[in-house]
Amino acid sequence: MQRIVLLAVAASMGSSLAAPVNYKTPDEVAAFKPGPNLEVVQGNCSACHSSDYVATQPPMKDKRAFWQAEVTKMIKVYGAPIDDADVGKIVDYLAATY
Amino acid sequence: MFDRRDLLKGAGLAAMAATLNSTKALALDTVTLPFTNGERPLVKYPQKRPMIGLTSRPPQLETPFAVFNDGPITPNNAFFVRYHLSDLPYDLDPDKFTLEVKGKVDKPLKLSLKDIRKMKATEIVAVNQCSGNSRGFFEPRVAGGQLANGAMGCARWRGVPLKSVLEMAGVQSGARQVTFNGMDGPVNDKTPDFIKALDIDHATDGEVMLAYGMNGEDLPFLNGFPLRLIVPGYFGTYWVKHLNEITVIDNVYDGFWMKSAYRIPDTPNNAVEPGTAPKATIPINRFTIRSFITSVPDGAKLKAGAVTLRGIAFDGGKGIKQVDVSTDGGKTWVGAKLGKDLGKYAFREWKLPVKLAAGSHELKVRAAGNGGETQPDMPRWNPAGYLRNVVETVRVSVA
Repeated sequence: MQRIVLLAVAASMGSSLAAPVNYKTPDEVAAFKPGPNLEVVQGNCSACHSSDYVATQPPMKDKRAFWQAEVTKMIKVYGAPIDDADVGKIVDYLAATY
Repeated sequence: MFDRRDLLKGAGLAAMAATLNSTKALALDTVTLPFTNGERPLVKYPQKRPMIGLTSRPPQLETPFAVFNDGPITPNNAFFVRYHLSDLPYDLDPDKFTLEVKGKVDKPLKLSLKDIRKMKATEIVAVNQCSGNSRGFFEPRVAGGQLANGAMGCARWRGVPLKSVLEMAGVQSGARQVTFNGMDGPVNDKTPDFIKALDIDHATDGEVMLAYGMNGEDLPFLNGFPLRLIVPGYFGTYWVKHLNEITVIDNVYDGFWMKSAYRIPDTPNNAVEPGTAPKATIPINRFTIRSFITSVPDGAKLKAGAVTLRGIAFDGGKGIKQVDVSTDGGKTWVGAKLGKDLGKYAFREWKLPVKLAAGSHELKVRAAGNGGETQPDMPRWNPAGYLRNVVETVRVSVA
Protein backbone atom coordinates (compact mmCIF):
# COMPACT_ATOMS: atom_id res chain seq x y z
CA MET A 1 0.00 0.00 0.00
CA GLN A 2 2.72 2.38 0.99
CA ARG A 3 4.49 1.62 -2.26
CA ILE A 4 1.54 2.99 -4.22
CA VAL A 5 1.59 6.27 -2.35
CA LEU A 6 5.25 6.68 -3.08
CA LEU A 7 4.72 5.96 -6.76
CA ALA A 8 2.03 8.60 -6.95
CA VAL A 9 4.20 11.14 -5.20
CA ALA A 10 7.19 10.26 -7.33
CA ALA A 11 5.12 10.69 -10.49
CA SER A 12 4.17 14.17 -9.44
CA MET A 13 7.73 15.14 -8.64
CA GLY A 14 9.12 13.75 -11.85
CA SER A 15 6.74 15.48 -14.22
CA SER A 16 6.66 19.06 -13.09
CA LEU A 17 7.34 20.55 -16.52
CA ALA A 18 6.17 17.84 -18.88
CA ALA A 19 2.75 18.02 -20.48
CA PRO A 20 0.35 16.04 -18.29
CA VAL A 21 -0.52 13.43 -20.85
CA ASN A 22 -0.87 9.95 -19.37
CA TYR A 23 -2.07 11.50 -16.14
CA LYS A 24 -2.08 8.88 -13.42
CA THR A 25 -4.49 9.10 -10.53
CA PRO A 26 -3.66 7.29 -7.31
CA ASP A 27 -5.16 3.81 -7.07
CA GLU A 28 -8.73 3.75 -5.86
CA VAL A 29 -8.71 2.55 -2.28
CA ALA A 30 -12.19 3.35 -1.01
CA ALA A 31 -14.35 0.21 -0.88
CA PHE A 32 -17.98 -0.51 -0.14
CA LYS A 33 -18.46 -1.60 3.46
CA PRO A 34 -19.42 -5.21 4.12
CA GLY A 35 -23.18 -5.70 4.14
CA PRO A 36 -26.07 -7.66 2.64
CA ASN A 37 -25.92 -8.00 -1.18
CA LEU A 38 -22.46 -6.42 -1.25
CA GLU A 39 -21.60 -8.10 -4.55
CA VAL A 40 -24.75 -6.73 -6.21
CA VAL A 41 -23.76 -3.23 -5.14
CA GLN A 42 -20.18 -3.68 -6.28
CA GLY A 43 -21.34 -5.03 -9.63
CA ASN A 44 -23.77 -2.19 -10.33
CA CYS A 45 -22.58 0.99 -8.61
CA SER A 46 -18.85 0.60 -9.19
CA ALA A 47 -19.26 0.67 -12.96
CA CYS A 48 -19.61 4.45 -12.92
CA HIS A 49 -18.25 5.78 -9.63
CA SER A 50 -16.17 5.02 -6.57
CA SER A 51 -17.76 3.98 -3.29
CA ASP A 52 -16.91 7.25 -1.55
CA TYR A 53 -19.84 8.79 -3.43
CA VAL A 54 -22.00 6.71 -1.12
CA ALA A 55 -19.93 6.87 2.05
CA THR A 56 -19.78 10.68 2.16
CA GLN A 57 -23.53 11.25 1.95
CA PRO A 58 -25.05 12.83 5.05
CA PRO A 59 -26.96 10.77 7.63
CA MET A 60 -30.64 11.12 6.75
CA LYS A 61 -33.64 10.52 8.99
CA ASP A 62 -35.40 8.24 6.52
CA LYS A 63 -32.46 6.28 5.15
CA ARG A 64 -34.56 3.93 3.07
CA ALA A 65 -36.42 6.72 1.28
CA PHE A 66 -33.18 8.61 0.74
CA TRP A 67 -31.36 5.67 -0.79
CA GLN A 68 -34.38 4.58 -2.81
CA ALA A 69 -34.46 8.07 -4.33
CA GLU A 70 -30.74 7.94 -5.08
CA VAL A 71 -30.95 4.54 -6.79
CA THR A 72 -33.98 5.69 -8.79
CA LYS A 73 -32.02 8.79 -9.88
CA MET A 74 -29.11 6.63 -11.00
CA ILE A 75 -31.44 4.56 -13.18
CA LYS A 76 -33.79 7.22 -14.54
CA VAL A 77 -31.46 10.20 -14.82
CA TYR A 78 -28.05 8.66 -15.36
CA GLY A 79 -29.20 5.57 -17.21
CA ALA A 80 -27.64 2.99 -14.90
CA PRO A 81 -28.46 -0.45 -16.35
CA ILE A 82 -29.65 -2.00 -13.10
CA ASP A 83 -31.93 -5.07 -13.28
CA ASP A 84 -35.31 -4.58 -11.62
CA ALA A 85 -34.53 -7.55 -9.39
CA ASP A 86 -31.43 -5.82 -8.05
CA VAL A 87 -32.99 -2.49 -7.14
CA GLY A 88 -34.48 -3.66 -3.84
CA LYS A 89 -31.25 -5.47 -2.92
CA ILE A 90 -29.19 -2.35 -3.49
CA VAL A 91 -31.57 -0.16 -1.48
CA ASP A 92 -31.56 -2.74 1.34
CA TYR A 93 -27.79 -2.73 1.42
CA LEU A 94 -27.47 1.06 1.38
CA ALA A 95 -30.12 1.63 4.04
CA ALA A 96 -28.57 -1.02 6.28
CA THR A 97 -24.94 -0.07 5.74
CA TYR A 98 -24.73 3.74 5.33
CA MET B 1 -2.35 18.74 8.37
CA PHE B 2 -0.18 21.67 7.41
CA ASP B 3 2.76 20.24 9.21
CA ARG B 4 2.43 17.29 6.91
CA ARG B 5 2.21 19.53 3.88
CA ASP B 6 5.34 21.39 4.85
CA LEU B 7 7.06 18.12 5.33
CA LEU B 8 6.11 17.06 1.82
CA LYS B 9 7.51 20.28 0.44
CA GLY B 10 10.81 20.08 2.22
CA ALA B 11 11.65 16.46 2.64
CA GLY B 12 12.91 13.75 0.39
CA LEU B 13 11.22 10.45 -0.33
CA ALA B 14 13.07 8.64 2.41
CA ALA B 15 11.86 11.02 5.05
CA MET B 16 8.36 10.79 3.65
CA ALA B 17 8.42 7.04 3.74
CA ALA B 18 9.31 7.21 7.40
CA THR B 19 6.34 9.40 8.13
CA LEU B 20 3.96 7.31 6.09
CA ASN B 21 4.70 3.95 7.59
CA SER B 22 2.02 4.17 10.22
CA THR B 23 -0.86 5.42 8.07
CA LYS B 24 -3.85 3.15 7.95
CA ALA B 25 -4.48 3.36 4.23
CA LEU B 26 -3.13 5.20 1.25
CA ALA B 27 -4.34 8.49 2.59
CA LEU B 28 -1.56 10.73 3.86
CA ASP B 29 -3.74 11.67 6.77
CA THR B 30 -7.34 12.47 7.46
CA VAL B 31 -9.20 15.65 8.22
CA THR B 32 -12.61 16.02 9.76
CA LEU B 33 -14.82 18.65 8.19
CA PRO B 34 -17.10 20.36 10.73
CA PHE B 35 -20.33 18.49 10.00
CA THR B 36 -21.62 14.97 10.64
CA ASN B 37 -19.88 12.33 8.50
CA GLY B 38 -17.20 14.86 7.60
CA GLU B 39 -14.14 12.61 7.87
CA ARG B 40 -12.07 12.78 4.69
CA PRO B 41 -8.68 11.46 3.58
CA LEU B 42 -5.94 13.87 2.63
CA VAL B 43 -4.89 12.61 -0.79
CA LYS B 44 -1.96 13.31 -3.10
CA TYR B 45 -2.52 13.60 -6.84
CA PRO B 46 0.07 14.52 -9.48
CA GLN B 47 0.36 18.33 -9.80
CA LYS B 48 -1.48 18.77 -6.51
CA ARG B 49 -0.39 19.18 -2.92
CA PRO B 50 -2.25 17.05 -0.35
CA MET B 51 -5.93 17.86 -0.81
CA ILE B 52 -9.13 16.90 0.95
CA GLY B 53 -10.43 13.87 -0.96
CA LEU B 54 -14.17 13.84 -1.56
CA THR B 55 -14.33 11.12 -4.21
CA SER B 56 -11.73 9.21 -6.18
CA ARG B 57 -13.58 8.20 -9.39
CA PRO B 58 -14.10 10.69 -10.84
CA PRO B 59 -11.66 12.70 -8.73
CA GLN B 60 -13.05 15.47 -6.56
CA LEU B 61 -10.68 17.39 -4.32
CA GLU B 62 -11.34 20.19 -1.87
CA THR B 63 -8.82 22.87 -0.91
CA PRO B 64 -7.70 22.81 2.74
CA PHE B 65 -9.14 26.05 4.05
CA ALA B 66 -5.90 27.41 5.55
CA VAL B 67 -4.60 27.89 1.98
CA PHE B 68 -6.91 30.90 1.65
CA ASN B 69 -4.89 32.74 4.30
CA ASP B 70 -1.77 32.60 2.12
CA GLY B 71 -3.00 35.29 -0.28
CA PRO B 72 -5.74 36.21 -2.75
CA ILE B 73 -4.41 33.90 -5.47
CA THR B 74 -5.01 30.19 -4.91
CA PRO B 75 -1.98 28.18 -6.08
CA ASN B 76 -2.59 25.78 -8.95
CA ASN B 77 -1.52 22.83 -6.83
CA ALA B 78 -4.12 23.71 -4.19
CA PHE B 79 -7.03 24.57 -6.50
CA PHE B 80 -10.17 22.47 -5.99
CA VAL B 81 -11.21 19.77 -8.48
CA ARG B 82 -14.74 18.81 -9.42
CA TYR B 83 -15.87 16.32 -12.08
CA HIS B 84 -19.24 14.78 -12.83
CA LEU B 85 -18.42 11.83 -15.08
CA SER B 86 -15.69 9.24 -14.84
CA ASP B 87 -14.28 9.01 -18.36
CA LEU B 88 -11.47 11.57 -18.17
CA PRO B 89 -9.11 12.26 -21.10
CA TYR B 90 -6.09 11.02 -19.14
CA ASP B 91 -4.13 10.28 -22.32
CA LEU B 92 -4.84 13.46 -24.24
CA ASP B 93 -2.15 14.71 -26.58
CA PRO B 94 -1.97 18.52 -26.53
CA ASP B 95 -0.37 18.53 -30.00
CA LYS B 96 -3.41 16.79 -31.46
CA PHE B 97 -5.96 18.71 -29.44
CA THR B 98 -8.55 20.59 -31.48
CA LEU B 99 -11.29 22.97 -30.47
CA GLU B 100 -14.24 22.70 -32.77
CA VAL B 101 -16.60 25.67 -33.26
CA LYS B 102 -19.76 24.78 -35.13
CA GLY B 103 -23.52 25.14 -35.39
CA LYS B 104 -25.08 28.42 -36.46
CA VAL B 105 -21.85 29.95 -37.71
CA ASP B 106 -20.76 31.03 -41.20
CA LYS B 107 -17.39 29.36 -40.97
CA PRO B 108 -17.01 26.32 -38.71
CA LEU B 109 -13.55 26.22 -37.12
CA LYS B 110 -11.08 23.61 -35.97
CA LEU B 111 -8.42 25.31 -33.89
CA SER B 112 -5.28 23.73 -32.49
CA LEU B 113 -3.76 24.89 -29.24
CA LYS B 114 -1.10 26.65 -31.31
CA ASP B 115 -3.79 28.51 -33.24
CA ILE B 116 -5.37 29.65 -30.00
CA ARG B 117 -2.09 30.66 -28.40
CA LYS B 118 -1.25 32.76 -31.48
CA MET B 119 -4.35 34.90 -30.93
CA LYS B 120 -4.17 38.09 -28.86
CA ALA B 121 -4.18 36.97 -25.24
CA THR B 122 -6.08 38.49 -22.37
CA GLU B 123 -5.95 37.92 -18.61
CA ILE B 124 -8.44 38.16 -15.78
CA VAL B 125 -8.25 37.41 -12.07
CA ALA B 126 -11.44 35.59 -11.18
CA VAL B 127 -12.90 33.35 -8.52
CA ASN B 128 -14.17 29.94 -9.48
CA GLN B 129 -16.55 28.42 -6.95
CA CYS B 130 -18.38 25.13 -7.13
CA SER B 131 -22.16 25.47 -6.96
CA GLY B 132 -22.11 22.99 -4.10
CA ASN B 133 -19.39 24.71 -2.11
CA SER B 134 -20.34 24.54 1.60
CA ARG B 135 -23.18 22.08 0.95
CA GLY B 136 -22.20 20.08 4.04
CA PHE B 137 -23.38 22.97 6.23
CA PHE B 138 -26.95 22.86 4.94
CA GLU B 139 -29.53 22.06 7.57
CA PRO B 140 -31.53 19.97 6.90
CA ARG B 141 -28.75 18.18 5.03
CA VAL B 142 -29.18 17.51 1.31
CA ALA B 143 -27.77 14.90 -1.07
CA GLY B 144 -24.73 15.70 -3.19
CA GLY B 145 -21.04 16.34 -2.69
CA GLN B 146 -20.60 17.13 0.99
CA LEU B 147 -18.14 20.02 0.84
CA ALA B 148 -16.98 22.46 3.47
CA ASN B 149 -15.82 25.89 2.28
CA GLY B 150 -12.86 24.74 0.17
CA ALA B 151 -14.49 24.26 -3.25
CA MET B 152 -13.50 27.73 -4.35
CA GLY B 153 -10.35 29.46 -5.52
CA CYS B 154 -9.10 32.56 -7.26
CA ALA B 155 -6.61 32.50 -10.13
CA ARG B 156 -5.18 34.68 -12.87
CA TRP B 157 -6.54 33.09 -16.04
CA ARG B 158 -4.89 33.65 -19.42
CA GLY B 159 -6.44 32.93 -22.77
CA VAL B 160 -8.55 34.45 -25.50
CA PRO B 161 -11.99 36.04 -25.30
CA LEU B 162 -14.71 33.65 -26.44
CA LYS B 163 -16.05 36.65 -28.34
CA SER B 164 -12.94 36.68 -30.59
CA VAL B 165 -13.32 33.02 -31.49
CA LEU B 166 -17.04 33.40 -32.18
CA GLU B 167 -16.30 36.44 -34.38
CA MET B 168 -13.81 34.38 -36.38
CA ALA B 169 -16.52 31.80 -36.92
CA GLY B 170 -19.19 34.38 -37.70
CA VAL B 171 -22.27 33.91 -35.55
CA GLN B 172 -25.40 33.78 -37.70
CA SER B 173 -28.51 35.82 -37.02
CA GLY B 174 -31.04 33.95 -34.93
CA ALA B 175 -28.37 32.47 -32.63
CA ARG B 176 -29.70 32.23 -29.07
CA GLN B 177 -27.24 30.16 -27.04
CA VAL B 178 -23.80 28.64 -27.19
CA THR B 179 -23.14 25.18 -25.78
CA PHE B 180 -19.87 23.90 -24.36
CA ASN B 181 -18.66 20.31 -24.20
CA GLY B 182 -15.39 18.99 -22.84
CA MET B 183 -13.40 15.83 -23.48
CA ASP B 184 -14.52 14.25 -20.22
CA GLY B 185 -17.64 12.15 -20.58
CA PRO B 186 -19.73 9.34 -19.14
CA VAL B 187 -18.62 5.71 -18.95
CA ASN B 188 -22.15 4.68 -19.92
CA ASP B 189 -23.73 5.89 -23.18
CA LYS B 190 -27.05 6.40 -21.44
CA THR B 191 -25.63 8.96 -19.00
CA PRO B 192 -26.11 12.53 -20.25
CA ASP B 193 -22.79 14.06 -21.31
CA PHE B 194 -21.78 17.14 -19.35
CA ILE B 195 -22.74 20.03 -21.64
CA LYS B 196 -23.49 23.57 -20.49
CA ALA B 197 -24.98 26.59 -22.25
CA LEU B 198 -24.76 30.37 -22.08
CA ASP B 199 -27.01 32.92 -23.77
CA ILE B 200 -25.41 34.41 -26.88
CA ASP B 201 -25.17 37.90 -25.34
CA HIS B 202 -23.33 36.48 -22.35
CA ALA B 203 -21.04 34.35 -24.51
CA THR B 204 -20.05 37.42 -26.59
CA ASP B 205 -19.66 39.90 -23.70
CA GLY B 206 -15.87 39.92 -24.09
CA GLU B 207 -15.26 38.64 -20.55
CA VAL B 208 -16.08 34.98 -21.01
CA MET B 209 -12.77 33.41 -21.90
CA LEU B 210 -11.15 30.29 -23.26
CA ALA B 211 -8.22 29.85 -20.87
CA TYR B 212 -5.06 27.81 -21.34
CA GLY B 213 -3.06 29.54 -18.61
CA MET B 214 -3.56 29.66 -14.87
CA ASN B 215 -1.31 31.71 -12.59
CA GLY B 216 1.46 31.83 -15.19
CA GLU B 217 1.46 28.10 -15.98
CA ASP B 218 -0.52 25.71 -18.13
CA LEU B 219 -3.77 24.60 -16.56
CA PRO B 220 -3.19 21.60 -14.30
CA PHE B 221 -4.70 18.47 -15.84
CA LEU B 222 -7.43 18.22 -13.21
CA ASN B 223 -8.39 21.85 -13.70
CA GLY B 224 -9.16 21.36 -17.37
CA PHE B 225 -5.90 21.11 -19.36
CA PRO B 226 -5.41 22.17 -22.07
CA LEU B 227 -8.37 24.57 -22.36
CA ARG B 228 -11.31 25.52 -20.19
CA LEU B 229 -14.10 28.03 -20.18
CA ILE B 230 -13.86 30.96 -17.75
CA VAL B 231 -17.20 32.55 -16.87
CA PRO B 232 -16.33 35.37 -14.44
CA GLY B 233 -18.79 35.81 -11.59
CA TYR B 234 -20.65 32.60 -12.44
CA PHE B 235 -20.62 29.32 -10.59
CA GLY B 236 -18.09 26.70 -11.64
CA THR B 237 -20.65 24.48 -13.36
CA TYR B 238 -20.27 26.70 -16.44
CA TRP B 239 -16.46 26.60 -16.45
CA VAL B 240 -16.31 23.54 -18.73
CA LYS B 241 -12.95 21.74 -18.55
CA HIS B 242 -10.97 20.06 -21.36
CA LEU B 243 -13.17 22.19 -23.64
CA ASN B 244 -13.11 20.96 -27.25
CA GLU B 245 -16.57 21.60 -28.67
CA ILE B 246 -18.45 24.89 -28.95
CA THR B 247 -21.80 24.91 -30.71
CA VAL B 248 -23.91 27.94 -31.54
CA ILE B 249 -27.62 27.08 -31.46
CA ASP B 250 -30.82 28.92 -32.33
CA ASN B 251 -32.84 27.60 -29.41
CA VAL B 252 -32.49 27.20 -25.63
CA TYR B 253 -30.40 24.13 -24.85
CA ASP B 254 -32.48 21.50 -23.07
CA GLY B 255 -29.88 18.92 -22.07
CA PHE B 256 -29.99 17.40 -18.60
CA TRP B 257 -27.22 19.53 -17.08
CA MET B 258 -29.08 22.74 -17.93
CA LYS B 259 -32.73 21.74 -17.89
CA SER B 260 -32.82 19.50 -14.82
CA ALA B 261 -29.57 19.87 -12.89
CA TYR B 262 -27.98 22.99 -11.43
CA ARG B 263 -31.32 24.70 -10.90
CA ILE B 264 -32.21 27.14 -8.12
CA PRO B 265 -35.65 28.21 -6.88
CA ASP B 266 -37.27 31.04 -8.84
CA THR B 267 -38.10 32.86 -5.60
CA PRO B 268 -36.75 35.90 -3.71
CA ASN B 269 -33.13 35.15 -2.76
CA ASN B 270 -33.58 31.84 -4.60
CA ALA B 271 -34.52 30.27 -1.27
CA VAL B 272 -37.39 28.11 -0.05
CA GLU B 273 -38.60 27.03 3.38
CA PRO B 274 -36.07 24.40 4.56
CA GLY B 275 -37.13 20.92 3.58
CA THR B 276 -39.57 22.03 0.88
CA ALA B 277 -39.44 21.98 -2.92
CA PRO B 278 -39.76 25.07 -5.13
CA LYS B 279 -42.60 25.39 -7.63
CA ALA B 280 -40.39 26.81 -10.35
CA THR B 281 -36.64 26.88 -10.92
CA ILE B 282 -34.08 28.70 -13.05
CA PRO B 283 -30.50 27.78 -13.99
CA ILE B 284 -27.95 28.67 -11.32
CA ASN B 285 -26.04 31.76 -12.37
CA ARG B 286 -23.96 34.36 -10.49
CA PHE B 287 -22.21 33.90 -7.14
CA THR B 288 -23.89 35.25 -4.06
CA ILE B 289 -21.65 37.56 -2.02
CA ARG B 290 -19.46 35.85 0.60
CA SER B 291 -16.71 36.64 3.07
CA PHE B 292 -14.48 34.55 5.31
CA ILE B 293 -12.06 34.91 8.18
CA THR B 294 -8.98 32.99 7.06
CA SER B 295 -6.43 33.79 9.77
CA VAL B 296 -8.19 32.05 12.64
CA PRO B 297 -9.84 28.62 12.38
CA ASP B 298 -13.05 27.80 14.20
CA GLY B 299 -12.32 26.60 17.72
CA ALA B 300 -8.94 28.35 17.93
CA LYS B 301 -7.36 29.26 21.27
CA LEU B 302 -5.88 32.76 21.22
CA LYS B 303 -3.84 34.86 23.63
CA ALA B 304 -5.61 37.87 25.08
CA GLY B 305 -4.65 41.20 23.57
CA ALA B 306 -4.08 42.57 20.10
CA VAL B 307 -4.49 40.34 17.07
CA THR B 308 -4.98 41.19 13.39
CA LEU B 309 -7.85 39.31 11.78
CA ARG B 310 -7.54 38.62 8.05
CA GLY B 311 -9.70 37.16 5.38
CA ILE B 312 -11.22 37.34 1.91
CA ALA B 313 -14.46 38.44 0.28
CA PHE B 314 -15.94 38.13 -3.22
CA ASP B 315 -19.19 38.48 -5.09
CA GLY B 316 -20.76 37.82 -8.48
CA GLY B 317 -18.93 40.61 -10.27
CA LYS B 318 -19.94 43.99 -8.90
CA GLY B 319 -16.92 44.01 -6.61
CA ILE B 320 -16.56 44.33 -2.85
CA LYS B 321 -17.41 47.70 -1.35
CA GLN B 322 -16.99 47.02 2.33
CA VAL B 323 -16.19 44.29 4.83
CA ASP B 324 -17.35 44.55 8.44
CA VAL B 325 -16.14 42.42 11.32
CA SER B 326 -17.74 41.69 14.68
CA THR B 327 -15.95 40.22 17.71
CA ASP B 328 -19.06 40.09 19.87
CA GLY B 329 -21.32 37.72 17.97
CA GLY B 330 -22.77 40.40 15.70
CA LYS B 331 -23.77 43.07 18.24
CA THR B 332 -21.27 45.62 17.00
CA TRP B 333 -19.39 45.85 13.71
CA VAL B 334 -16.20 47.58 12.62
CA GLY B 335 -15.10 48.24 9.04
CA ALA B 336 -12.03 46.30 7.93
CA LYS B 337 -9.27 47.65 5.68
CA LEU B 338 -9.56 46.23 2.19
CA GLY B 339 -6.48 44.87 0.43
CA LYS B 340 -5.34 45.41 -3.14
CA ASP B 341 -8.10 45.39 -5.74
CA LEU B 342 -7.25 42.65 -8.25
CA GLY B 343 -10.47 43.20 -10.16
CA LYS B 344 -14.16 42.90 -9.52
CA TYR B 345 -14.18 39.12 -9.95
CA ALA B 346 -11.24 38.40 -7.62
CA PHE B 347 -10.87 37.53 -3.96
CA ARG B 348 -10.56 40.82 -2.07
CA GLU B 349 -8.37 40.55 0.98
CA TRP B 350 -9.29 42.37 4.17
CA LYS B 351 -7.67 42.82 7.57
CA LEU B 352 -8.57 44.37 10.88
CA PRO B 353 -6.54 44.72 14.09
CA VAL B 354 -8.73 43.91 17.09
CA LYS B 355 -8.24 43.47 20.83
CA LEU B 356 -9.67 40.38 22.42
CA ALA B 357 -10.25 40.07 26.17
CA ALA B 358 -10.16 36.71 27.93
CA GLY B 359 -13.26 34.60 27.39
CA SER B 360 -15.21 33.11 24.50
CA HIS B 361 -15.83 35.18 21.39
CA GLU B 362 -17.86 34.77 18.25
CA LEU B 363 -16.01 36.43 15.39
CA LYS B 364 -18.17 37.28 12.39
CA VAL B 365 -17.48 38.79 8.98
CA ARG B 366 -19.94 40.36 6.56
CA ALA B 367 -19.31 41.82 3.11
CA ALA B 368 -21.26 44.38 1.12
CA GLY B 369 -20.91 44.65 -2.63
CA ASN B 370 -20.95 47.59 -5.00
CA GLY B 371 -24.34 46.36 -6.19
CA GLY B 372 -25.85 46.72 -2.70
CA GLU B 373 -25.86 42.99 -1.95
CA THR B 374 -24.93 41.82 1.50
CA GLN B 375 -24.93 38.57 3.46
CA PRO B 376 -27.85 37.24 5.49
CA ASP B 377 -27.55 36.63 9.27
CA MET B 378 -29.43 33.34 8.95
CA PRO B 379 -28.69 30.68 6.31
CA ARG B 380 -30.96 30.43 3.29
CA TRP B 381 -31.95 27.01 2.03
CA ASN B 382 -32.61 25.31 -1.31
CA PRO B 383 -32.93 21.57 -2.08
CA ALA B 384 -29.67 21.25 -4.00
CA GLY B 385 -27.50 22.96 -1.40
CA TYR B 386 -26.31 25.83 -3.59
CA LEU B 387 -25.58 29.54 -2.99
CA ARG B 388 -24.65 29.39 0.68
CA ASN B 389 -23.66 32.88 1.81
CA VAL B 390 -24.70 33.27 5.43
CA VAL B 391 -22.51 35.54 7.61
CA GLU B 392 -19.79 33.13 8.74
CA THR B 393 -18.91 32.71 12.41
CA VAL B 394 -15.60 31.64 13.94
CA ARG B 395 -15.72 30.73 17.61
CA VAL B 396 -12.53 31.32 19.59
CA SER B 397 -11.53 31.03 23.21
CA VAL B 398 -9.15 33.68 24.50
CA ALA B 399 -6.96 33.35 27.57
